[in-house]
Amino acid sequence: MQDQFFVRMGDGERVLMSVGQIEEDLLTGTQDAAERAEIPALTVDEVEQLLDILTDPSRIVSVAPGEEVVTTDDAVCTLFYLDQDNSGQGIPMSRLQSVLAYERACAADTVSIGHTDYSYKQVKPIINFEKQEYHTASLMTTAPFFYGSQPNMGLYFQPDGPYPNPADLLPKGKIREAQEVQEAAAERLRKDMVFISKNLFEVGCEGINFDTSASAGDADFYATLQAVSQLKRDFSAMAVEVGMSSEFVLGMHGDIQFEGKPLAGMYPHEQVKVVEAAGADIFGPAINVNSSKSIPWNLARAVTFVKATVEVASIPVHPNVGMGVCGVPVFEVPPIDAVTRAAKSLVQIGKADGL
Amino acid sequence: MGGIRTAGDLVAWMQMTRKMKIVEAKRYVASKLGIDLIDLSNEEVMRQIREDLDIGIITAVAGSAKGIAAKWKIAELLDIEINSVNLFRSKIG
Repeated sequence: MQDQFFVRMGDGERVLMSVGQIEEDLLTGTQDAAERAEIPALTVDEVEQLLDILTDPSRIVSVAPGEEVVTTDDAVCTLFYLDQDNSGQGIPMSRLQSVLAYERACAADTVSIGHTDYSYKQVKPIINFEKQEYHTASLMTTAPFFYGSQPNMGLYFQPDGPYPNPADLLPKGKIREAQEVQEAAAERLRKDMVFISKNLFEVGCEGINFDTSASAGDADFYATLQAVSQLKRDFSAMAVEVGMSSEFVLGMHGDIQFEGKPLAGMYPHEQVKVVEAAGADIFGPAINVNSSKSIPWNLARAVTFVKATVEVASIPVHPNVGMGVCGVPVFEVPPIDAVTRAAKSLVQIGKADGL
Repeated sequence: MGGIRTAGDLVAWMQMTRKMKIVEAKRYVASKLGIDLIDLSNEEVMRQIREDLDIGIITAVAGSAKGIAAKWKIAELLDIEINSVNLFRSKIG
């Protein structure tokens, strides 16, 4: 057997590692996830399988015929015309053209659009424009068509929004005040998410994506879950996908609960259960990448979290495999060898239902 | 899975409308199409099936169903509710 193999670091750098070094990183990576979330580490056989995937001599790897899974996305098609900030290509084309090119040239399983400033708060003032765009495109698309945006509760705090910023209140010891402004912001966010989703439902929206949920912590996640509950009760013909922002729900509020369960500190295998209880149709866990560690270490962690999540989930699980999550390096142009190894590992070992 | 090149969109519809896990969704679609599971991602099989059922094909053939017309047929084929189709139907009924 070859002594050394090219693998990636979490920042994308290509390095040579021996089989022993890769195995060591796989073991410490899975152990890290297991200890943090109190879930089982990967078995010896699964670690061996991961090693085989990582040391495959091919640049690009894939699953066997019949093992393919479907994909959902966060307005990926809009990258065709967006700029570098969005990893976009800057091609002069319309949003409708990008949707159809993604469906028919890239053969995506599902397609989606979103506002360029990808947050629900920013969509509200232009909802009629978004409705028009969505409706027009939905008459032309054949594949399932989502509208996506981020809850992004941080935009409701000063200087961007109406409420005092908890990041200013907490250092002053104003704990209760910080909790109260988060509760108020969460309610405003819930209303905005429901308002926008309801408007899109009225023009035939097939699926709504609450992407990068809980980015502002447990109150942000709470608003999302409340919005999902209401939407699935009132507009059940529209699918709802909930994608996460990281592997761990930050306790910026600390006391907030959904159906009796504290949201702060939840890991993906716990997050999926409250997302399910809210009524969502698809769950997208996001496992952080440590750019200083190797991809074997990061990928072993991601697969450990995803496997535990899929095992307890009764809804489809689509791990996020964008830049910087679930074993994909934090790099503007994610190396294709690392991306395909992440995808294959999450499907074959993590048993993901999609990506 | 290959989107409308194969049966990727059909499997995705089952996840969205019935919360089906991947294996269950594939089995459901394969049974509706009357094909083996492995052929759901086989372009050589799915290209003809999609044309025969007129549920949208990847290449541009003038007059063939695409968009809302294809989705109408997909909703009937898979026995699911598609919101955009419901709206369209309500406008022509």
